[in-house]
Amino acid sequence: MSEYLLLLLGTALVNNVVLVKFLGLCPFMGVSKKMDGALGMGMATTFVLTLATAATWMLEHWLLLPLGIQYLRILAFILVIAATVQFTEMVIRKTSPGLYQVLGIYLPLITTNCAVLGIALLNVQEKNGFMHSLMYGFGSALGFTLVMLLFTGLRVRLALAQVPSAFSGAPIGFVVAGLLSLAFMGFAGLAGH
Amino acid sequence: MLFSAIVSLTMLGAILGLLLGVAARYLKVEGNPLVAEIEQLLPGSQCGQCGFAGCTGAAQALADGTAPAGLCPPGGRAVMQALAAKLGIEADLSGVEDNVPMMAEIKEEICIGCTRCFKVCPTDAIMGAAQQIHVVFREACTACGKCEEVCPTESVKLQPIPATLQSWHWPKPQQVAEGAAA
Repeated sequence: MSEYLLLLLGTALVNNVVLVKFLGLCPFMGVSKKMDGALGMGMATTFVLTLATAATWMLEHWLLLPLGIQYLRILAFILVIAATVQFTEMVIRKTSPGLYQVLGIYLPLITTNCAVLGIALLNVQEKNGFMHSLMYGFGSALGFTLVMLLFTGLRVRLALAQVPSAFSGAPIGFVVAGLLSLAFMGFAGLAGH
Repeated sequence: MLFSAIVSLTMLGAILGLLLGVAARYLKVEGNPLVAEIEQLLPGSQCGQCGFAGCTGAAQALADGTAPAGLCPPGGRAVMQALAAKLGIEADLSGVEDNVPMMAEIKEEICIGCTRCFKVCPTDAIMGAAQQIHVVFREACTACGKCEEVCPTESVKLQPIPATLQSWHWPKPQQVAEGAAA
């Protein structure tokens, strides 16, 4: 149990997917203007990332490895991730219209979130087991959501701050993201993963 | 090796496609049929003058009863009446003066060819290029008025559609009776 907790902590904070591994920067910059949008994106990504790590683990170990066609990994993973996202969207739309309203347009956008493919590929690279992969994906997604919320909070405050005109808008956003990333480097060595 | 790669990826794609196809059939969500019907009545140019994100948003609000029947400026009187009839509500026609179908018209002598109107047109009814005089296609223009707002020289104006040999028709008997009564 403590092993999984440590893994969650390690993936969410120490090896944060956005600020340390620099994956999934597009939604990080793009959907961080408003709090509810960021939360929706984070929730949707958590859902898809966890599901996609499970699906890609099965694909890797039950199809690609037995047939010896690992060189098709990226292609096959993207195929499965896109299908998973599409399927998830349909299921959510059917079963929970409220959640569908919240996640809305963010769900299909996740197909192109490189964090999803990145985590799946990292899982293969580190030769993780099934449960391990699942926790790795879930932890990374939690980290993603956390960072999204943190950054959105900062940007909401930035909107009211007096920023020199050369820096206002996206440039100050990038500067803040860099500082946030530096701050997250401070977690290095917290959990040994 | 190569053969198994081709077969397995093809199979994977086919199976996933089939799965999604079946899922789309079984997990189909029945939207409110009224919303779809109302959307059919609206112009569908997504101009946003009603204040909603597009015609679907407007149709949703109309179905919920939170928007008045006269919310669609480009639709004018005709759409207002159709909506009122469909929803069974009273339409306040007194405020709607223009009964004539309008279209955008470009005054060639002051058009500077800035392409601004051409870029905002939701129906691609304006044709032109930079530094060239633009023209409006009568068939495609829905008189949403977006071009009027962006024109820097006020050369685009909404005008009543002039009757041509192709568009002229006998006035409908009902309208004649209405006119006589008034």
